[in-house]
Amino acid sequence: MSDRLVRSLAPLLRWETGLALVVVIIGIVGASVSSEFFTSNNIFNLGLSYGEIAIMTLPMTLIVISGEIDLSVASILGMSSALLGYLWARHWPMLGIFGLVAVVGLAAGAVNGLLVTRLGLPSLAVTIGTLAVYRGIATILLGPNTVANFPVTYTNLGVNAVPFTGNDLTYSAAIFIVLAIIFGVVLHATPFGRSVYAMGASVEAAQYAGIRVKRNKTILFMTSGLVCALAGVLLTFRLNTAVQNNGLGLELAVVAIVLLGGVSIFGGQGTVIGVVLGVLAFAGIQNALFLTNFNQEAAGIVTGALLLLSVFGRNAASLSGRLRQWRSPNRHGRGSDHPAEATPP
Amino acid sequence: MSTALVSQSERPPAPAGTGARKLTERAFRIRESGIIVVLVLFVAVTASIQPRFLNITNIQFILVNTTVFALLALGETMVVISRNYDLSVGSVLGLSAYLSASLFGGHPGFPIPLAFLAGLGIGLGCGLANGVMVAAGRVPSLVVTLATLYIFRGIDILIVGGKEVVANSLPSAFLEIPKATVLGIPVIAIAVAVVIAIGAYYLRSYRSGRELYAIGSNPDAARLAGIPVGRRVFVAFTVSGAIAGVAGVLWAAQYGTIDSTAGTGYELQVISAVVVGGVAIFGGSGSAVGAALGALLLSTISSALYVLGISPFWDQAIFGLLLLLAITLDRFISVRLTAALRSRGARHE
Amino acid sequence: MQLRQTAGLAVPLVLASLLLAACSSSSSSPSSGSTAATSGTSSSPAAAAAGLKTGMKVFVIPKNLGNNYFTTADSAKTDGAIAALEALGETGTETSGTAATPASQIPAIQAAISKGANALIVSATDPTALCPTLNAAMKRGITVVTYDSDAPGCRDVFINQASTAQIGTSEVDVLAKQINQTGDIAIVSATASATNQNAWIGYMKQELKKYPKMKLVSTVYGNDDPTTATQVTQGLLQQYPNLKGIISPTTVGIAAAAAVLDTPKYRGKIALTGLGTPDSLKKYVSDGTIKEFVLWKPNDLGYLAGYAAVLAASGKLDGSQGQSFTAGKLGSYTVGADKTVLLGPPFVFTAANINQFNF
Repeated sequence: MSDRLVRSLAPLLRWETGLALVVVIIGIVGASVSSEFFTSNNIFNLGLSYGEIAIMTLPMTLIVISGEIDLSVASILGMSSALLGYLWARHWPMLGIFGLVAVVGLAAGAVNGLLVTRLGLPSLAVTIGTLAVYRGIATILLGPNTVANFPVTYTNLGVNAVPFTGNDLTYSAAIFIVLAIIFGVVLHATPFGRSVYAMGASVEAAQYAGIRVKRNKTILFMTSGLVCALAGVLLTFRLNTAVQNNGLGLELAVVAIVLLGGVSIFGGQGTVIGVVLGVLAFAGIQNALFLTNFNQEAAGIVTGALLLLSVFGRNAASLSGRLRQWRSPNRHGRGSDHPAEATPP
Repeated sequence: MSTALVSQSERPPAPAGTGARKLTERAFRIRESGIIVVLVLFVAVTASIQPRFLNITNIQFILVNTTVFALLALGETMVVISRNYDLSVGSVLGLSAYLSASLFGGHPGFPIPLAFLAGLGIGLGCGLANGVMVAAGRVPSLVVTLATLYIFRGIDILIVGGKEVVANSLPSAFLEIPKATVLGIPVIAIAVAVVIAIGAYYLRSYRSGRELYAIGSNPDAARLAGIPVGRRVFVAFTVSGAIAGVAGVLWAAQYGTIDSTAGTGYELQVISAVVVGGVAIFGGSGSAVGAALGALLLSTISSALYVLGISPFWDQAIFGLLLLLAITLDRFISVRLTAALRSRGARHE
Repeated sequence: MQLRQTAGLAVPLVLASLLLAACSSSSSSPSSGSTAATSGTSSSPAAAAAGLKTGMKVFVIPKNLGNNYFTTADSAKTDGAIAALEALGETGTETSGTAATPASQIPAIQAAISKGANALIVSATDPTALCPTLNAAMKRGITVVTYDSDAPGCRDVFINQASTAQIGTSEVDVLAKQINQTGDIAIVSATASATNQNAWIGYMKQELKKYPKMKLVSTVYGNDDPTTATQVTQGLLQQYPNLKGIISPTTVGIAAAAAVLDTPKYRGKIALTGLGTPDSLKKYVSDGTIKEFVLWKPNDLGYLAGYAAVLAASGKLDGSQGQSFTAGKLGSYTVGADKTVLLGPPFVFTAANINQFNF
């Protein structure tokens, strides 16, 4: 009886469940230490501050699951922001600007993808390079200048909530929700999504299974470029400011959230729902710390600790497995519990 | 652990005969000389446009600027060779820089060597923490050191708050260390070169050093072959941390003013230097000398951009392009090398 | 199998306890700024006499925490903003992010608003990016005072450390005196888009017209990072061997440039001046690398901002030009154009007076 109970509960006992519990606990703790935590105003502000970061985590999720990484996300955001400002200052029509920014975002992602798939270069190194190149382009475009005269219809997305939804939902949060659903469906319910997992688990096996690895990975990088360009536009309008250092340094937060959400850095594992929970956990903790006037300087320590727990929590299971193997020597001992350790991160 | 480090320098059997081994050695040399060639070319081009680039003061500047990054690159190389990453080096440097430099202010007459020892100790502690988590916990080092990047920096900020160590509280002898020269060559450049040489010798000629390469090439095979993977990785991280700690003290001597932001963002620069220096990002190959040369090349490029007066707005873009170029070149060489090794191996069997 | 399950449950439990530990230590966090012991019903004779509101919650939000300059400007210990607030019977709290970017500062501003701030004292990380947030605050009736770095048009009052023009011109004048008004000079600035520095540099260029024999050969950007500032300074020395003087209107830049010039080869041959804090430059003044440099007193700046915030929040100061008020021990001030109050003329630090200061 208990065995069947355990077996039926088993699928629930994964990282995502634990993370959901964490989010609930953060909510409870946050509400108890500050009456401001669940107010409309606070939730709205959180949407404003973390909307763009949240949006960038979605394509990053798929990229990491596929076994790669994209550290240039914040620089693509910055480059789009600079391009937007540059063109607006030269009186281009806004729709034309949107078009060009989207194309440039796709191109930036394509460069990443081609360098990784066609030249076979490691994505960690490549995207450190493109991080500098794209931020450099942003600096070349704007130099020391700031563009801050965007039309009110657009900058209002940093001020108004989405109509007909009450006062809680920012435009960036709404876009995040829509994109999360799209990415979730693609990842979990389409052949393309399954190919992402397959590529992350084993590139060779995926190729033998007929998956066009190079094409799919390039698509992932291009999607990341496009989505980050969108995030750049959103950020620029929200702040009504286009300046060369927009978004500087945000890539670490994006990677941290994706890892927190249970996506394995080795590839082949992770879910969109996990990353959504990761966004809530990350934003919730920082917000709770601010509201309680806890030493914000130490917010980084909490983030770091959460990251460690995310990786140790998952490994605690395999650690116990290894212990059992040592105790029963008749079992076939594998050299490593992580076959994925052999594949590059 | 100490016995492992001073184990016999007997060389393990090569993968496919000594021919292949000589080839890999030659590949190291090619890669390193490749960087030297690029360096010389770069310096030549810059000097032809601006001869003052090569005057003795500027060379001294470049060498001194390189020392901290060369040290960090050495530690990072050991870690990356074993297929790991240490992203926390910047935070360790910052923590060590502040804490060791603040020892002078609190205790007048504090001996300088002790400050270096303190920095070493702080770095050692941080490296130990990293090493334990990665080796014993068998968790991906990218995640662990990303986490400790945040945690060590957070501890640094908590300790430092809004304070800073100012040049006035540091003994003149300490601040003179980066300026001392012997025959025109900065003393610390010589010292760091010696440390790099020791590191390179260890990696190349000690069994435990060579085992890091094996671990990076194929951790499962290494384990099955009886290599104590956990122990080696633990030592690599501990050494990386210790080196970063010493680099922190050197940093303090160079800049004289230290607050909680010291070393921010250094991790990506160090990885760039290591990659430019020919260390494979997936582990298994690369040399300490190459990484140090990579750091030197990046420093030289920086200096050249500023000496030539190229618009400062172009610096980052140029840097990024050069990094991409270096990675591509690397890949090209390693593909050729693998093919050559394979054909060599087929011939020997 | 069972261990795997317990592991899955253990994680949230550990995380929960971590969070509870974090929150329970919030009451004893050292650098969250001193919260006045007497909050709510405090008796401040000065405040009461002037008809000012007491018991207000005021948040001081510098560009970033962990910055020595702002710690001096803000804390009660150094007679900065929070000292003024406490003297007037308000609760003063310092808060901000750690990255000196709008992305890092905005959540702190929003949290302050959520916590019921009556007034905000902000040093803006960006002149325009904070405006949506600050305007939203003002719409809710919160008084917004900027100090040190302005967000024009999005605040009730701006406390400027000195006239922007004077900061620029004084640095040029100080340098001109040291190089006999002759020679090539260069500027080592902060980031390329730093508004303050760019404004000051604009005035420097104007002032240079008074010295026809001085020429500005280059402006380089140290990005407020010691390594970059060092390298750009070194680059200047090679590119312009006839360089006679350097101006660095940023504390990180001048400290880095001083470290570079502090050798027998350059000391005294290339004059260095700019904006710096006395403590960080004492060594270089004493050994002659720097003869004179310029700044103001950050703690006075903070103190004035504190007073202005309370006055504005109590309806006694609306920023109209010509309005005058008294800021406690600092004396009386008059509002200038664009709702800006000047702390005073920039202060010139020299070897003779530097040891009187401890910030």
